[in-house]
Amino acid sequence: MSVAATTPRFKDNVHDALNDRRLQGALPHARNFIGRRAEAAARLPEFDALRDSARAIKDHTLAHLDLYLEAYERKVVEAGGHVHYARDADEAIAVILGVCKAHGAKVVTKGKSMVSEEIGLNAALEREGIAAVETDLGEYVIQLRGEAPSHIIAPAIHVTRDDIEADFRRLHRDLAPDRDLSRPEQLLGEARAILRDRFLSADVGVTGANFLVAETGTSIIVTNEGNGDLTQTLPKVHVVLASIEKVTPTLNDVAQILRVLGRSATGQDMSVYTTLSTGPRRTGDPDGPEEYHVVLLDNGRSATLGGPFAEMLRCIRCGACMNHCPVYHAVGGHAYGWVYPGPMGAVLTPLLIGVAEGGQLPNASTFCGRCEAVCPMRIPLPKLMRTWREREFERRLTPPLARAALRLWAFFAKRPALYRPATDLAMRALALIGRRRGRFAWAPFAGGWTRGRDLPAPQGATFQSRWRAKSGAVK
Amino acid sequence: MSARDEVFAALRRSLGVGAVDAPRRDAVAARLAQAPVGIIPRRGQGEPAERLATFKSEAERVQATVAEVASAADVPAEIARYLRENNLPATLRFGDDRRLAAMPWAATALEIARGPSEGDDLNAASAAFAAVAETGTLALVSGPDNPTTLNFLPDNHFVVLFAADIVGDVESVFAKLRATYGPGALPRTVNFITGPSRSADIEQTLLLGAHGPRRLHIVVAES
Repeated sequence: MSVAATTPRFKDNVHDALNDRRLQGALPHARNFIGRRAEAAARLPEFDALRDSARAIKDHTLAHLDLYLEAYERKVVEAGGHVHYARDADEAIAVILGVCKAHGAKVVTKGKSMVSEEIGLNAALEREGIAAVETDLGEYVIQLRGEAPSHIIAPAIHVTRDDIEADFRRLHRDLAPDRDLSRPEQLLGEARAILRDRFLSADVGVTGANFLVAETGTSIIVTNEGNGDLTQTLPKVHVVLASIEKVTPTLNDVAQILRVLGRSATGQDMSVYTTLSTGPRRTGDPDGPEEYHVVLLDNGRSATLGGPFAEMLRCIRCGACMNHCPVYHAVGGHAYGWVYPGPMGAVLTPLLIGVAEGGQLPNASTFCGRCEAVCPMRIPLPKLMRTWREREFERRLTPPLARAALRLWAFFAKRPALYRPATDLAMRALALIGRRRGRFAWAPFAGGWTRGRDLPAPQGATFQSRWRAKSGAVK
Repeated sequence: MSARDEVFAALRRSLGVGAVDAPRRDAVAARLAQAPVGIIPRRGQGEPAERLATFKSEAERVQATVAEVASAADVPAEIARYLRENNLPATLRFGDDRRLAAMPWAATALEIARGPSEGDDLNAASAAFAAVAETGTLALVSGPDNPTTLNFLPDNHFVVLFAADIVGDVESVFAKLRATYGPGALPRTVNFITGPSRSADIEQTLLLGAHGPRRLHIVVAES
């Protein structure tokens, strides 16, 4: 069973997020990604050409996904690994529980995996009495807090340093209560020491995968901390959990996508650790897992292929879209209510949990277009969100007031003789209210709308009237 | 129908294709066999001396340190110097790599241990399979010569790199892997390492040594 969504309460979530002072204090950290990405992209003249190359590779792969999956599976088996297919979250959990039980596992360490969030793996393991230990620092912090990640690559971005200190003091009770945790280094050191013991005592290590390589039957993780490597190297069993669209034809194809992944995500040319794993340890190997399993999850991907949202399957989970999204900056990731936030989440969530549950998210966009502009895989996120909005409207899931407003607008829009004077009047009125200060946030009665946003005031004339005046002048 | 069969049936339904489709199969077989090389950035290219210079500056950009020595025989003294100057214990663990084993360790005061790490080593050394100038990245392969645990468990990781093994781009490392292990085959683990371990999960503050090594010192031997 996948994680319960609060997405249907999206509007309430947004309201809560905007009024959460602690969250609002933490959210500006997400903007740090913007400058770093821009700098990394500027330092590589070939960056945009590589984006095109990466996109073409994914499009080719998706058009041949069945065949590349077959080839990948053959190579995994050849290398001594086991491949399991799972149609949905329940099947994936059953496979992983089966592997854990076969080895009598008591402790499972985990590298960072959004697919494991998608299927609700931790809760399922805990229900069976197996301790699931998140080892990525950010994931560890939110696991202590009983929260879900609020960002796909920076899961604890909503948490402040003071919060972490309080959580560590509350939960690491074996340690001296008067220890100094005032500096981030000390927090990291404490987590490192505690997790080191868990790495060494784990029976099974579960990681995700950034790529599955058909050429060699290899799974690849891209990380910075090294926790994923300890997770998959030290226990007897390594389980890779990945969705089917992670398959990539060749190592050289991976190299193209790697060059846009790190730069788009954190502004790094290369993340610290790019690790290729192929099968279990070989004869003579002094370390590495004795068993290697891959769980390939469909969970809606095969149905998405060939449909209007197929381009979403190019997503490499870099997080650039949310890092550049004004809505994400205002409300953070938890407001989106399920596993995947930001623009990619707004498109993906209705695909994975249905439009009835997730249909509100595509409305959480100003269509400013920044997500598409920075997406390394050139996914037309605004277009896909618009497609969802159309569907929501067609299925009459849009609230009555919004439907009425749209009908009113449509009435005028279809009648230019009415539309022009009406918009002229509206622009003049807005200019009158807002022009002196250029914004609206100060205006009486506007507070409900402008608390989490504002817009520049119009200058008093519509585009059409100015165009008429201008072309009149040219003639 | 099994989960596997159903996933493949669903994929083919969505794609509007059948299981037997010669032109599609040929396209896939050709790509897998040829592994076409895409766009290679200019940054890592050039003569060996240029590649070494690029490798060094890129590795230093990501907080690795790089020392150049004339020959393999000078490596132990350089590692001993680094440990001394950073006030670190004079211990070192490495695997069965013959190039490392042949170095004159007895000429230093280092206490040497061999084999994989159990988690209580402070210092370890590995020999690199190759390195990538473009991004200052090291490539290490698993096995008894250079156990994977040495790359992650110790606090301080020394990587010995022979200058001739510095290539321009990661595609060239893949070509070398194919030549060494055969087409379509890889060792259990290939680690591409770009700088020491780090995390920015606490308020986006960059901290080194999250779970892996806090320090990465690369010793480049000219010959």
